[in-house]
Amino acid sequence: MLHLPPVPLSWYLILSAILFTLGVAGFLYRKSVITVFMSIELMLNAVNLSFVSFSYELRRIDGHIYSFFVMVVAAAEAAVGLAIILTVFRNRGTLQIDEIDSMKL
Amino acid sequence: MNFWLIPLFPLIGFLLNGLFGKRLSKSAVNVIGIGSIAVSFVYVVIVLSRLYPLDAARSEHYFTWIQSGFLQVGFDLTVDRLTAVMLLIVTGVGLLIHIYAAGYMEHEGGYYRFFSYFNLFVFFMLLLVLASNLLLMFVGWEGVGLCSYLLVGFYFTEDFAGKAANKAFIVNRIGDFGFSLGIFLIVVTFKTLDFGKIAASVATMPVEAAAGTLTAITLLLFVGATGKSAQLPLYVWLPDAMAAPTPVSALIHAATMVTAGVYMIARVSFLYSHAPLAMQVVAVIGLATAVFAATIGITQNDIKRVFAYSTVSQLGYMFLGVGIGAYSAGIFHLMTHAFFKALLFLGAGSVIHGLGGEQDLRHMGGLRKAMPITFITLGIASLAISGFPGFSGFYSKDAILSAAYTHAPWMFWVGAFTAGMTAFYVFRAYFLAFFGTYRGHQHAHESPLSMTLPLIVLAILAAFGGFLNVPAWLSPLFPLAEHENATAMVISAAFGIGGIVLAVVLYVVRPSLAESLKTRAGSFYTLVLNKYYVDEFYSAAVVKPLESLSRVVLWKGVDKAVIDTSLVNGSGRVVRGWGALLRQLQSGSIRNYATWVLAGSLLVIFVLGLVGDAR
Repeated sequence: MLHLPPVPLSWYLILSAILFTLGVAGFLYRKSVITVFMSIELMLNAVNLSFVSFSYELRRIDGHIYSFFVMVVAAAEAAVGLAIILTVFRNRGTLQIDEIDSMKL
Repeated sequence: MNFWLIPLFPLIGFLLNGLFGKRLSKSAVNVIGIGSIAVSFVYVVIVLSRLYPLDAARSEHYFTWIQSGFLQVGFDLTVDRLTAVMLLIVTGVGLLIHIYAAGYMEHEGGYYRFFSYFNLFVFFMLLLVLASNLLLMFVGWEGVGLCSYLLVGFYFTEDFAGKAANKAFIVNRIGDFGFSLGIFLIVVTFKTLDFGKIAASVATMPVEAAAGTLTAITLLLFVGATGKSAQLPLYVWLPDAMAAPTPVSALIHAATMVTAGVYMIARVSFLYSHAPLAMQVVAVIGLATAVFAATIGITQNDIKRVFAYSTVSQLGYMFLGVGIGAYSAGIFHLMTHAFFKALLFLGAGSVIHGLGGEQDLRHMGGLRKAMPITFITLGIASLAISGFPGFSGFYSKDAILSAAYTHAPWMFWVGAFTAGMTAFYVFRAYFLAFFGTYRGHQHAHESPLSMTLPLIVLAILAAFGGFLNVPAWLSPLFPLAEHENATAMVISAAFGIGGIVLAVVLYVVRPSLAESLKTRAGSFYTLVLNKYYVDEFYSAAVVKPLESLSRVVLWKGVDKAVIDTSLVNGSGRVVRGWGALLRQLQSGSIRNYATWVLAGSLLVIFVLGLVGDAR
């Protein structure tokens, strides 16, 4: 039986940071609204990961509760966001993010 | 005794006619307008007969109106012997003139409007005379000014009426500025505005030390009186106020409102008695106004203007009376003047009504056959104002002139001479209107009963009102100072009769003589005919400079340059500039926004890191 040492907290945090950065990068550079949307989910889950890691490390329940809240928000966001995307597509026939800019003055 | 009911009835009349008058019939408006004054008059009579002999003042406190620091102002009404006289004049003469107005205004537009303003006026006038403190009196004082403004401008479609109304209101502002300064000074000096309390503390004041303050207070109050009661130098509004319908001229601009200044001085006589200098000023201004206005009255051709200048002149008499300490004589003349001057105006109104609006004496003449009742009643009024022995004006004028004789003989002689002029110009108007041959083109007719009845009642009062011994009635308030002076009585009566005789000679016996005198007087006649060019002088000295100051500095300088261009448009321009700059951020591209969010978050983290280091 191989006894591995426990994974240190910093590893989790580094992973979380990498995931978050990937999310930010995706948000900024991808052209499709769907991908941008998925990048947001990625950022949320990166944050969730650090919440849970801290919670485990500090033996406190708060982080878990926060992560559940984030999931609930993410689920609600997915419902609303996908509906918006659907409507936008129906009205404009495109999901290219640069073409959806009618809010500017 | 519920004194508050006295002014309440006219107020109700005002509200009913003012709010619903448009939808009511003329007779309903009449019932409300005249009825409210009638009820008020009857109530006054009941109250006064219950309170008789009214040896001491009766006050009623209803509620505290203003409580601010040491100053407490209550809604208090007081009835004493002076108030009693005023109440009877205001409601009694007011009732007669209301009845008259129903006939006079019959063919005029805005019938309900007229009566609602008229009732409102009576309400404020009653408040003015009933008030037991200066501030409440000031409410009435301003209220009657407002009603005067509204009624002078009654024919508001006419240009001259609007101008005359503005003139009346603005000139009164000048006087009221002085009046309010006087009130402030009283607040500072006495810490109260209650007449009774002021009188009590004046009595205990050191005479020498307080003389300056009291003189300042009384002079400031007198400035207010010169405005409201049309004395030099603020009399100019009253002749123009004749643009109002004639019943208004009779009630407001002859019988009641313009006498408010005299009433006010009599009411605060305890202050004036301690300020001999101010009293001297009051007497001299009154006398000067009496002479000045009488000379103008001789030359005027508009019948209402003759009587307007006569009012100014007679008010001067009243101020002469109160100025020389003969308060009761002043109030006595106020009362008889209310009778005969209201009658003169109502008679003039009857003539104007009968001639379809003609006011120029040169287009009248020989009316005594067509209007017998007006002819007789106006004759009685003319005799009364001339101080013909036996008529009311004789007694009141004699009371003032006797006191003047005791005070300073030169005042008596000037006053007696003015009495002669008064008799002359009133009878000049009378003869021009009723004697000779008719010079107009209208078909003259006598007025209806609703107009002639008040004329008859007032004629009885004007004839016999002198037998009401007002000075004796007021003796508990104002000790009888004047001595019956047979010489003065004979001389002043002689001047009056002389004036009448002169008018008879010039306008009945030999009318050509008047014309030749007119041409011989030449430039002096022109000067007086044009009212000494006082209006022109005021216009050049005050009105025009003020107008150009307003136009150049206030309008173009302050309003247009500073307020409009800099403040209003300037702030708009600044906001628009910032908006133009900031809207560059609003690109519509999500990526752009996200970059800003990222940059912002990084900035926050960076700052937090710095702060964390510092900790």
